[in-house]
Amino acid sequence: MSSSRHPVGVHAENITKVFDRHPVLQDVSLKVEPGTTTCIIGPSGSGKSTFLRCINRLEEPTAGRIVIGGEDITSDDADIDAIRSRVGMVFQSFNLFPHMTVLRNITLALMRVRKMPRDQAVAVAEAQLEEVGLLALKDRRPSQLSGGQQQRVAIARALAMQPDVMLFDEATSALDPELVKGILEIMKRLAASGMTMMVVTHELRFAREAANQVVFLDRGHIVESGPPDKVFNTPSSDRLREFLSQML
Amino acid sequence: MPEGLQRLWRTFFDVDQIMAILPEMLAVGVPNTIILALVAVVIGTVIGLVVSMMLISRNAIVRMPARTFVDVFRGLPVILTIYLVGQGLPIAGIRIFGGNSYAYAALALGLIEGAYISEIFRSGIQSVERGQMEASRSLGLSYFETMRWVIVPQGIRRVLPALTGQFIHIIKGSSLVYLLGLLPDQREIFSIASDASHISGTLSPMVAAGIVYLCLTIPLTYAVNAFDRRLRDGARPTPEPVLTPAHQS
Repeated sequence: MSSSRHPVGVHAENITKVFDRHPVLQDVSLKVEPGTTTCIIGPSGSGKSTFLRCINRLEEPTAGRIVIGGEDITSDDADIDAIRSRVGMVFQSFNLFPHMTVLRNITLALMRVRKMPRDQAVAVAEAQLEEVGLLALKDRRPSQLSGGQQQRVAIARALAMQPDVMLFDEATSALDPELVKGILEIMKRLAASGMTMMVVTHELRFAREAANQVVFLDRGHIVESGPPDKVFNTPSSDRLREFLSQML
Repeated sequence: MPEGLQRLWRTFFDVDQIMAILPEMLAVGVPNTIILALVAVVIGTVIGLVVSMMLISRNAIVRMPARTFVDVFRGLPVILTIYLVGQGLPIAGIRIFGGNSYAYAALALGLIEGAYISEIFRSGIQSVERGQMEASRSLGLSYFETMRWVIVPQGIRRVLPALTGQFIHIIKGSSLVYLLGLLPDQREIFSIASDASHISGTLSPMVAAGIVYLCLTIPLTYAVNAFDRRLRDGARPTPEPVLTPAHQS
């Protein structure tokens, strides 16, 4: 599994996001150390996806600052396209490009953003597909793949860009139960390889096993955070205790 | 045969007259109709691409001119637009095509169809899931690169059937260029039929024109539908790949 060449940290400082006067995130601050994995858990509607989407500015924070690898990406003169090309994102609904083959899904950004010649882009894409065990399907359309295969391709597509940070937004929530494990295995290998990762997930076992830090978000606030042992074994708030008891 | 039926037959289906007009219709009319329609399709498609992108802009200053263009050119009677472009522009001193009424007619048709095609493209582009834009942007592609490579190709595929209707519309609409006055060898299918009808006093040449129009429009519909199916199913059905155990998920 290819890891980031320059593990970088992510600092979110006092992030607030308001949709139509309805505050979704209020003053959320979080520090992700380089090369570590942070899992964000919480009930649906808690704002965890919105928070993750603020990290690469798919949502513009209403207030606050996000610093990735020392660079303030929320400043007005930040080159957001260049920043996004170094922050990989994997979505719940895969979002592969249905009109392109699997291979072309991966080479598109390599050629357009990284300006690689076709041969080189194809070589990188094929190597990445090999990593996720799907090289044999490179000429298929996404619609001819299972959900698990599509999500592997989406991960390969993000990793081909050699990102410094990977964001996973409920990457296994749309998968049939028997396909979840394969994706989580890939994510675990990636975390172990030293990639900086932020993972919004309902898979508490994954969070316990792979995360360096677990953050519990509820109603737009970070209620509790810390190493998985502490968060899962000795929750200090009623809300987290209640959430954990419902998830088990 | 009863007399009424005979009159109907002589007026519309006089085989001799139909056969007499067909050579000129095929030699002069069909090429002119196809050239006019093709030029109008190209102009209309280019306008459609640009204006549809403007229509979905969040910036009102970009959106407003596009909206106005679409509303005006869809709303005006076609004949008035052809006069405005074909006679209005030269009178206003804008003689981009000199005295060539043929070219003005193609431009007028292109503008009208551009307005319709803009709305068709817009609906197609807006039907593409938001996740496609997000996935592409999160890979670092710019808004315009995303439009070019991800959104527009998908959007256009979804509206191909509606687009075919519009292309048929253009083929038939090309008949209105007669309004601007044509040289004999510039006449398209309908003008030739119309002239012949005036001379013969029957409508059989018009029926001949109708048959020729159908020979153009029906194959077009089938061709686009076949193209549409091919896009939907991928270039060609890919064979089942052989998966080694290591590759199985």
